[in-house]
Amino acid sequence: MEFTRNNRQLLSKIATNDRHGENSPYFDGWKAYDSNPYHPTHNPRGVIQMGLAENQLCFDLIEKWILENPDASICTAEGVDKFKDIAIFQDYHALKEFREGVAKLMGRVGGNRVIFDPNRIVTSGGATGANETVMFCLADPGDAFLVPSPYYAGFARDLRWRTGLDLVPVDCKSSDNFRITRAALEEAYEKAQRSNINVKGVIVANPSNPLGTVLDKETMRSLVSFVNDKNIHLVCDEIYAATTFSSPRFVSIAEIIQDMDCNRDLIHIVYSLSKDMGFPGFRVGIVYSFNDDVMNCARKMSSFGLVSSQTQFLLAAMLNDEEFVGNFLRESSKRLAKRHHAFTKGLERVGISSLKSNAGLFFWMDMRPLLKEQTVKAELELWRVIINKVKLNVSPGSSFQCSEPGWFRVCFANMDDQTVQVALERIREFVLQGKEEDDVSEKSKHWRKQNLRLSFSSSSRLYDEGLMSPAHMISPHSPIPRSPLVRART
Amino acid sequence: MGLLSRKVTCNSHGQDSSYFLGWQEYEKNPYDEVKNPKGIIQMGLAENQLSFDLLESWLAKNPEAASFKRDGQSIFKELALFQDYHGLPAFKKALVDFMSEIRGNKVTFDTNNIVLTAGATSANETLMFCLAEKGDAFLLPTPYYPGFDRDLKWRTGAEIVPIVCSSSNGFKITESALEEAYQEAQRRNLRVKGVLVTNPSNPLGTTMTRTELDLLVNFISDKEIHLISDEIYAGTVFSSPAFISIMEVLKDRKLESSQVWERVHVVYSLSKDLGLPGFRVGAIYSNDPIVVAAATKMSSFGLVSSQTQFLLSAMLSDKKFTKEYLSKNHKRLQKRQNKLVSGLEKAGVSCLESNAGLFCWVDMRHLLSSNTFEAEMELWKRIVYDVKLNISPGSSCHCTEPGWFRVCFANMSEDTLKLAMQRLKSFVSSITINNQSHQELKNTRRKNRNKWVFRLSFQSFHDREQEER
Repeated sequence: MEFTRNNRQLLSKIATNDRHGENSPYFDGWKAYDSNPYHPTHNPRGVIQMGLAENQLCFDLIEKWILENPDASICTAEGVDKFKDIAIFQDYHALKEFREGVAKLMGRVGGNRVIFDPNRIVTSGGATGANETVMFCLADPGDAFLVPSPYYAGFARDLRWRTGLDLVPVDCKSSDNFRITRAALEEAYEKAQRSNINVKGVIVANPSNPLGTVLDKETMRSLVSFVNDKNIHLVCDEIYAATTFSSPRFVSIAEIIQDMDCNRDLIHIVYSLSKDMGFPGFRVGIVYSFNDDVMNCARKMSSFGLVSSQTQFLLAAMLNDEEFVGNFLRESSKRLAKRHHAFTKGLERVGISSLKSNAGLFFWMDMRPLLKEQTVKAELELWRVIINKVKLNVSPGSSFQCSEPGWFRVCFANMDDQTVQVALERIREFVLQGKEEDDVSEKSKHWRKQNLRLSFSSSSRLYDEGLMSPAHMISPHSPIPRSPLVRART
Repeated sequence: MGLLSRKVTCNSHGQDSSYFLGWQEYEKNPYDEVKNPKGIIQMGLAENQLSFDLLESWLAKNPEAASFKRDGQSIFKELALFQDYHGLPAFKKALVDFMSEIRGNKVTFDTNNIVLTAGATSANETLMFCLAEKGDAFLLPTPYYPGFDRDLKWRTGAEIVPIVCSSSNGFKITESALEEAYQEAQRRNLRVKGVLVTNPSNPLGTTMTRTELDLLVNFISDKEIHLISDEIYAGTVFSSPAFISIMEVLKDRKLESSQVWERVHVVYSLSKDLGLPGFRVGAIYSNDPIVVAAATKMSSFGLVSSQTQFLLSAMLSDKKFTKEYLSKNHKRLQKRQNKLVSGLEKAGVSCLESNAGLFCWVDMRHLLSSNTFEAEMELWKRIVYDVKLNISPGSSCHCTEPGWFRVCFANMSEDTLKLAMQRLKSFVSSITINNQSHQELKNTRRKNRNKWVFRLSFQSFHDREQEER
């Protein structure tokens, strides 16, 4: 076999294709934010980050717990006697106390209707790692999974990139409040079959990202019966479970199958502490499968992304403090509800509605009335205006593969109360200003043109920018880049 | 249609190998000085447990790093939120400086070229995903770390073709062995994408010579393929010859602007040098920006916990500490290795002369009932179940000659090591008495055994090489 002198040809296809999906608009908006981030005093006219689904509302509770529990750290005087044992612990079964703590949390978050078995808990490198691992266990390259749209933009990478799988969207419509209907599932499945695509399962996020809604029991039963009929898998990504802040309550798939006659070997749950607890940096992902072979295989694969034993130890202590966990979950729900209310009501007052939601760290905003026309092109134009003129980084529905243009995901839990007010004020101004103008006036056309400055990098330029990795360059998942950690050392 | 993927049902994860089976036996009956003095002593675990006191005393002196604080302020929130796959800048800087220090500051590393991963396990797999796919192969010198079968092949679909090394020259890599491996890959219709070496070697415990390194550079230049140098044991080199990193060789040969520069990648980890395998700290270092970019994105599947990055950035930035640690750690490893070697010697067992790693490559060929792998397995089972020592049989490391075993020395107390050696001595004596043909084998082996040195003198070895140090 001949090789040219071009080193690129010596790399794998995975390394050189863009199935990692990072060239999508979801990540593109980060650039505008990154180059001009809002700060109340240093940069009050900067872009406010509303594209980051982080839970920053309850750190005061966690920090208090940390101070009160120095022996939860293996590095403090109180805990250092455990340092050695923990530092050498790399067993992929993970620390027993850690698994017990996670199982308790999952049970609690599921309304104490189910008991999760700590021995079935398998760890992984964040939910990112968990989702990829589950796919490696359930499907081979060329196979496909059905995924209801709109769905988390990161699935393109997590489920497809290195696994070689394909995603087949199941379109959900606003006329149904984006419910996943049996008809839509059947249609997507048949279409895939006709194209000779081998569907191995369905993956759903419950609560949904980006919708912020929980699945109702009927839909869940319908999903279980669908996968049973077709003998395919059901993966439930429940990473937002504890962000449910009002009724209806979150129901885990584990609860549903308790009362149903189904093949449990087809049911798998993905969980994480990144959203519920606000710990994305600690990389805690969980695979909970009812299928023993999958559980065993996922456990072996967890070697590729074990949770740091230092972190397992800390979190084991925290999660086994049941009083703390109970209090945390209650407070967190309260604060999320309050924040959600502030935004959705604020928007309603200026005539912007959103999908009724009761969970998640975001809401699904309906900007269809403001679109020039009901097209993705118009949606992206409006998006550029929101970024450049209103200076808010929100995520356009098209980046979630939404089949209807005009929807935007807006995150609300990653900022303080004061920033909330500033964001609301900017939206108010923008909408009211828009209402003053005539839709077809010269002035508005000109104004719109002026603001279409955010150009979409062609995929090759984005690719190049990825190569440069300058010191300030952040990843799509990082927090405010001017945090002291980054600033002080670069 | 199978319900699960082929990955679940195949056994490319390699966990059915004896390497892991020995662990299982140990788990069932682990030695404890007080609670289970007749249990199995774990000598199959390449861990460095000799220097925890140094780490613990650093922690005692640095309470801020221990409790999520910097300059008196709590930074818990920032850490808990920090999931940037570019890694904590302070940690990357401290890590590259540490890597440089281990290499005698003969090479420097650029933080823009380093990718953090959850352990070397993740680093090796990620590099494979970047460089190879189904239908491709990497050449690896035997014997090699059993985990490579899982890390390099399982989910990537890539294959491993062995570069056969033999005891006749101390298991060094030769040009003919490289060529032979390359041809073998072609015969198997595999496209060779590169060579992967572990330097210092696991399981041999030796550092690669400059001759071997030059040979490798020439080979990959000629074939236009990659070279991965897994240098996770670089900080465990406790005696001469000094460690030579592949990066040093490229620098010395002024190859920084050549094509081959971008095809050399280094894997590192803190699991062996610092003895922190639980913390899952690995790294890929590459001069190819495409590889760095792709690997960085892939690291999302196994990032290093921010809590751990923060702790270690403080620790590794403390240059006074790193200097003291490396120096003391080396001395302790050397002392401990000496104890193993002399203990083996008293038992009438020799091993490959070594200057690094957390293990010795032990020659038990004279104890085999026949020169076969069946005999090796027989012997191994006796050592695990009767002698109650968990050591790793050479076949699990893909060694082509039966009778070699990897024996670890840094994961137990000195007393436990002593006991292990006593047990071995009794066992070897009993075999000697009972086995007549064993004596004949011993006679033929004695000729070969004279090549190996029992004590730590390296003259005979290095007369054959043209070492610059």
